[in-house]
Amino acid sequence: MKQIPLQLSKLDYSMLQQCMHCGMCLPVCPTFDATKLERHSPRGRIALMRAITDGRLGLSRAFAEEMYFCLGCLACESACPAGVDYGAMFEASRCDVESSRVLATRKRDLARWLALQILFTHPRMLRLAGHLLRHYRNSLLPKALHQLRLTRWFPSWVREFEPFCPELSLFFSDQLIKEQETPKIKKYRVGMLTGCVQDLLYAQVNRDTVDILLVHNCEVLTPRRQSCCGSLHAHNGNLKISRTLARRNIKAMERLAGSLDSLDAIISNAGGCGSHLKHYDELLKDDPAFRDRAKQWSEKLKDVSEWLKQIGIKRLPSGGEPKLVTYHESCHLCHGQKVSAAPRELLCAISDLTLIEMKESTWCCGSAGIYNLTQPEMAASLLQRKLLHLESTKATVVASANPGCTIQLEIGLRKSGRTLRVTHPVSLYAEAYRKGLNPENA
Amino acid sequence: MPAPPDFRELAAELGFENIRTDLEDLIPYSFDGTAALSQMPAAVAFVTTPQQVASVMRFADANHCPVVARGSGTGLSGGSVPLPNCIVLCLSRMNNILEFDEQNLTILAEAGAITQTVADLAGRHGLLYPPDPGSMKISTIGGNVAENSGGLRGLKYGVTRDYVMGLEVVLADGRILWLGGKCVKDVAGYSLKDLFIGSEGTLGVITKVLLKLVPKPPAKRTLLAIFPSLESAAEAVSAIIAAKITPCTLEFLDNVTIRCVEAYAAIGLPVNAEALLLMETDGHPAAVEDEALKMETLARRHGAQNVSLAGTEQEAARLSSARRHAFSSLARLAPTVILEDVTVPRSELAALVRQIQEVAQRHAVRIGIFGHMGDGNLHPTFLTNERNAAEMQRVESAMREIFECAVKLGGTITGEHGVGLAKKPFLPMMVSPGTLELMRQLKRTLDPRVLLNPGKIFDP
Repeated sequence: MKQIPLQLSKLDYSMLQQCMHCGMCLPVCPTFDATKLERHSPRGRIALMRAITDGRLGLSRAFAEEMYFCLGCLACESACPAGVDYGAMFEASRCDVESSRVLATRKRDLARWLALQILFTHPRMLRLAGHLLRHYRNSLLPKALHQLRLTRWFPSWVREFEPFCPELSLFFSDQLIKEQETPKIKKYRVGMLTGCVQDLLYAQVNRDTVDILLVHNCEVLTPRRQSCCGSLHAHNGNLKISRTLARRNIKAMERLAGSLDSLDAIISNAGGCGSHLKHYDELLKDDPAFRDRAKQWSEKLKDVSEWLKQIGIKRLPSGGEPKLVTYHESCHLCHGQKVSAAPRELLCAISDLTLIEMKESTWCCGSAGIYNLTQPEMAASLLQRKLLHLESTKATVVASANPGCTIQLEIGLRKSGRTLRVTHPVSLYAEAYRKGLNPENA
Repeated sequence: MPAPPDFRELAAELGFENIRTDLEDLIPYSFDGTAALSQMPAAVAFVTTPQQVASVMRFADANHCPVVARGSGTGLSGGSVPLPNCIVLCLSRMNNILEFDEQNLTILAEAGAITQTVADLAGRHGLLYPPDPGSMKISTIGGNVAENSGGLRGLKYGVTRDYVMGLEVVLADGRILWLGGKCVKDVAGYSLKDLFIGSEGTLGVITKVLLKLVPKPPAKRTLLAIFPSLESAAEAVSAIIAAKITPCTLEFLDNVTIRCVEAYAAIGLPVNAEALLLMETDGHPAAVEDEALKMETLARRHGAQNVSLAGTEQEAARLSSARRHAFSSLARLAPTVILEDVTVPRSELAALVRQIQEVAQRHAVRIGIFGHMGDGNLHPTFLTNERNAAEMQRVESAMREIFECAVKLGGTITGEHGVGLAKKPFLPMMVSPGTLELMRQLKRTLDPRVLLNPGKIFDP
């Protein structure tokens, strides 16, 4: 039954040894904080992974559940003085969990197949699903289902979340963004990645990102047929599809740009995607045809705020509405990519905006990919904690640079009847700019 | 090995979720912060009251299984590493602050309270809890007391022992006792609380601690001095002490450590410097200015190439926080990092540094050195690989020689980490047979059935 844990054993053993169990990760780990149980801590999980590699522990159901109880927020990586690469070990472990099939049920298999192999592997299927869902939500059907009380046949999580879910975008990114957009004065040439969830729910953030890049003299190339970045697959134990998607994205960008050489940067605006996109070099290091291209890709991959900070953020003059804004840090932007100052700098470049820091801005909001669906209890308690901190800032807007967090926060705010607006830092900048606040006059 | 006892009876008393015996729960409790030491326990018990601790002790007595008390498991001498067939008695959930007495400047905390929480609470009231072990963000007060932890401010403020006014302990037979109190002076009988401070869980289980606080000094100055060699830095430290200056911190880092800390914290440390001294003075603003100036002059006189002043409080805090992570950041260089804490009288620092370097070279082992130079406490840190048997043997010999050097210079084999398992073989080098026998006698009196962390510090 139990298979040899291939991925964990494939890792260099010194990666596991690098954890010297000093305990510095304990105070920042949300699951340890909640339970005070070492198995729910980074060093405890690494000890279990090492035990599996050593053959002291089988790939048990308890281990598998532990790997899915971990949020994968990577706060431990920021806290780790020894520089342990928890993320890589975590991905390998989930991969082994999946190949061992200790958690497999028919329902779980079906959900995984639909999400990982159909929707998030075929961009056209995803957009089609998006169109269908949009039509459904705009039709009289939802109301009718509610009135006929047919919604009781929905799975509990659909009933729970459906009323609070954000609306789908009216237009998707390919309808909002041309393949090639050129500013009046062109200083840089960048590739643009539009993401999946960002595209379906927040396509306007993509438009805003392109606009802000144009303002900063970047020519923007946005390949039409982009794939999911593959982070969903990598974090859920399917590194194989993840690699396929990485290759596809590299090829799509090369096709449009001529070569990656011609680009100054490749831009992502979603913290979760960016963190994974930057690891294409690691992911494809054993593929001779892609090794060098992936390395180049990873070097050029930048979060939008990171790139703007690098080329100099243009300050917008005052003249708009004063705004009190707080910034919630996406785990994979601040811990995964170590980008923390740049989004704040972008926000502060808007003269009418006052940034108020919230407590624990780097603490996970519970979204964590699909964690809010798989571990609703833990996710809900993290969300509550986040909402309390949001509220005590008295801000009216919360900026967040990852669609997963945005959904989670929007649902939480709506459910609790709060009226804070959740939006991406680039959108705040783009909106201020469109109100005629031209940086050239600053 | 005897079969593990049936824990169902204990589980019924503590709640089934509070007794863990699954492999997935035992493995993460099979070690503490000490390198290369681990042992699977038979069970992990979580307690929230001293009465529950007493229940565990009675169960252990009836079933003859040893009990290893544990806080956050960050110890560095194997003090909370389990023993075969033992119960790990985990106090981390017993973490309430029970009382803050602003009039008597004390805090009463449960043993599992985090050191940082105590320090923050004191800070919010304009007070200071001085002991600041490297792991204070997660270490527990109970663990600090059991190990008599030190920290960065030892030379001016002393160590954990100097701040413990009272203790609640559970004895091996389950008796719950309160020792000490809020009186500054108290000579009513033996000071029994002192017996339990630094006893490494071998004499009783500490469940509550009454801590003394001091007023927060109004001013602080942090200086960073770069030296061309380890010895010149050591000489500067000896000179500062001899000049009758008592800074609150005199921390030292060698080049290897500087590079690792910088790789982690990225705060702009000079990565090419051979040695760094982080010097901090606190107190009355005028005194602080004066001492800072004197330290700068002395540092320069002993060869400091550059002395800079931390501009802001944040910068100073970043520096000491970076220093606090020196030990763990060294793990960037080698799979196994073994940290020692030899301590010598401060006049002998340069000699010790010289001898450590010489030993490292002779045994062909890599040693990074950092530490609390101001109190003579150095952390020679072996960078090695536990899977390389030959190298581990050389590490062992080098370690023994370093201990011998320290003892010969009038020092000690451990300044702040405790003996535990890691330094047990070296204790006879340090204390006389008579002293060791007295320790054993004490242990036998308080724990006749040998239940509490047996085999730590010395063999029973």
